[in-house]
Amino acid sequence: MDVTERSPGAGKAEVEIETAVQKPIIHTEGLTKKYGAKVAVADLNLDIYPGEIFGLLGPNGAGKTTTTLMLLGLSEPTSGKAWIDGKDCTREPIAVKRVVGYLPDNVGFYGDMTGRENLRFTGRLNGLPDPLIEKRIDELLEKVGMTEAADQKTGTYSRGMRQRLGVADVLMKDPKVVIMDEPTLGIDPEGMRELMELIRRLAAEDGRTILISSHQLYQIQQICDRVGLFVEGQLVACGKIDELARSMRREGESVLETAAFPDDAGFAELLRSLGNVDSVERTGDFYVVRSRYDVKRELLRRSLEAGYTLSLVRQRENDLDEIYRRYFEEAGEEHEGGDGKKSRRFGIFGKTGR
Amino acid sequence: MKAETVRNQDVSESSAKPDGEMKPEDRSVSQIGRGDGHVHSGVYALYRKEMADHLHSGRFLIVLALIILTSYASLYGAVSNLSDAVASDSDFIFLKLFTLSGSTIPSFTTFIALLGPFVGLTLGFDAINSERSEGTLNRLVSQPIYRDAVINGKFLAGATIILVMVVSMGLFIGAVGILKTGIPPTAEEVGRAAVFLLFTAVYICFWLSLSILFSVLCRHAATSAMLGIGLWIFFALFMNLVASIAAGALYPIDDMATVGRVLDNYECQTMINRLSPYYLYSEAVSTIMDPSVRTTNLVLPQQLSGAITGYLSLGQSVLLVWPHLTGLLALTAVMFAGSYIGFMRREVRSR
Repeated sequence: MDVTERSPGAGKAEVEIETAVQKPIIHTEGLTKKYGAKVAVADLNLDIYPGEIFGLLGPNGAGKTTTTLMLLGLSEPTSGKAWIDGKDCTREPIAVKRVVGYLPDNVGFYGDMTGRENLRFTGRLNGLPDPLIEKRIDELLEKVGMTEAADQKTGTYSRGMRQRLGVADVLMKDPKVVIMDEPTLGIDPEGMRELMELIRRLAAEDGRTILISSHQLYQIQQICDRVGLFVEGQLVACGKIDELARSMRREGESVLETAAFPDDAGFAELLRSLGNVDSVERTGDFYVVRSRYDVKRELLRRSLEAGYTLSLVRQRENDLDEIYRRYFEEAGEEHEGGDGKKSRRFGIFGKTGR
Repeated sequence: MKAETVRNQDVSESSAKPDGEMKPEDRSVSQIGRGDGHVHSGVYALYRKEMADHLHSGRFLIVLALIILTSYASLYGAVSNLSDAVASDSDFIFLKLFTLSGSTIPSFTTFIALLGPFVGLTLGFDAINSERSEGTLNRLVSQPIYRDAVINGKFLAGATIILVMVVSMGLFIGAVGILKTGIPPTAEEVGRAAVFLLFTAVYICFWLSLSILFSVLCRHAATSAMLGIGLWIFFALFMNLVASIAAGALYPIDDMATVGRVLDNYECQTMINRLSPYYLYSEAVSTIMDPSVRTTNLVLPQQLSGAITGYLSLGQSVLLVWPHLTGLLALTAVMFAGSYIGFMRREVRSR
């Protein structure tokens, strides 16, 4: 198809990866959406490859949902283009919707129909023949573990059940690409674990491409092959988590989280007296030590000598949380200028309004 | 049809290509499963679902009960007054079942003109916005169907329900009337009753399309219901008032008014009134159901001089109300177009 002629969009912060030789299944060029003066998505260049789990991360209002809507052809981009599987998302939305399953944020079902009936309706909307619909419903209900609740009305379902039925619903059309908008929101930890396992299986066993948008970092970190960080409508970073971490690691700075027993003033004193330490902050139950070099060795030795038992020593770097925070700090500084306190107040999720 | 199959093959071929990891039996399933969605399957699937929804909903049962009760009440009124009416004019007895009012009970046609809008509004006021608030709309529009299929499916389902309801209502009245009076209807009477039922269906469909328009425009079902009910009451009760005030302002009638002025005033009033679907319907139905009505406009005694008293044939009556039917259909089409445009341009986000 016509994607082959096009050179893959070279994103600003894009980290080149091995899969670059493959043809991207989702491809955007300069995708932009404006609502009046507000830019929801600015000049997005993104390539997602077949079989990949891609995490679209960012705080609320960063433009994640707008991006997914444009990919589905539900919202018209102000400028730029997007292709899924070689089909123009704005011009051929029906063809795109045939291969893309969309699990919206807070998915809803017809409350007075049973789970099975809801799935059947989706199958019919996709024009599937009836025997195939019934076969697929049974398979999918089994897959998402909803066989027992299938003949209850969906009005009685819990949120976790609705989410699982939502996954089954998305898979009814046997999509090549699955787009999930905040799939983990409001689900209990056990449900979350099951959902993550399910998503991983979708990519690994069925070879589907999965795009997850979320602001919940830990879950995404567990399953995503690559992530893209969104701030204020801009993709500030994109790549594998450890690569992002490597590129983010500032020269000559090391951040250590630590805590010890007994937790008294003496321990803070000890931390400050370590060589090359720039600052020591207390955050909740632990201290954050910023230093120019790695101080772990020295810390271990000294605390042992002073009679402290270390209960936590953790180097901050490979953690998506930290990467996220740093990018937001940078983006926040760029965006704000004068009033810098606004975004700080709500920590990393603070949305900077202009 | 041929072009469609070719395109479908195309889609299933291209969709089967890149799935390298799929097992062979999966592949065959995926070839059938993907991309053979016809454009019309969306409308049909929605139509089926909406029909099932309507038929199972308590709301529909309430409306049906209301309609049956009013039919029965008006029929009772008509039958109790029938012998007096037949004594003065013994033609078209069957039609009198629909148009005669009892001493306290309005006639069936009046009832329907008043309550028809209620049926239409009930069937459509939350068509789109309830989907939105339930969170099913974005799931729906992310399926491979054209967006107008959503509106078409909903309208068609509502229209079918209306048609079924209206026809069964007519049959019910006719059956009870025949049993009660023992007089079989003539072919012309049956024809007139059929045209009346058709008018009624179109009239109620207008209100259905209006309520669908409101359900597209308003975020909340309550708002669209209020708007619909407001318009209903306005057209049924206040439009007449507004028309007479406007006509009075344009062609004031004082002590010195000429005949021409009085005629202008009346004509202006009628024209304004005819903007209201309620008036259009009432006028059309009273013409259809009463063969002695020869014109819907004002006629001077001079114009009538020399005319032979007699009944109009069905064809002539229909000719008389043809503009009314066109007007009602046009109003429906405008509402429909409005909901199309509103819905196509609407960005569908989660609730």
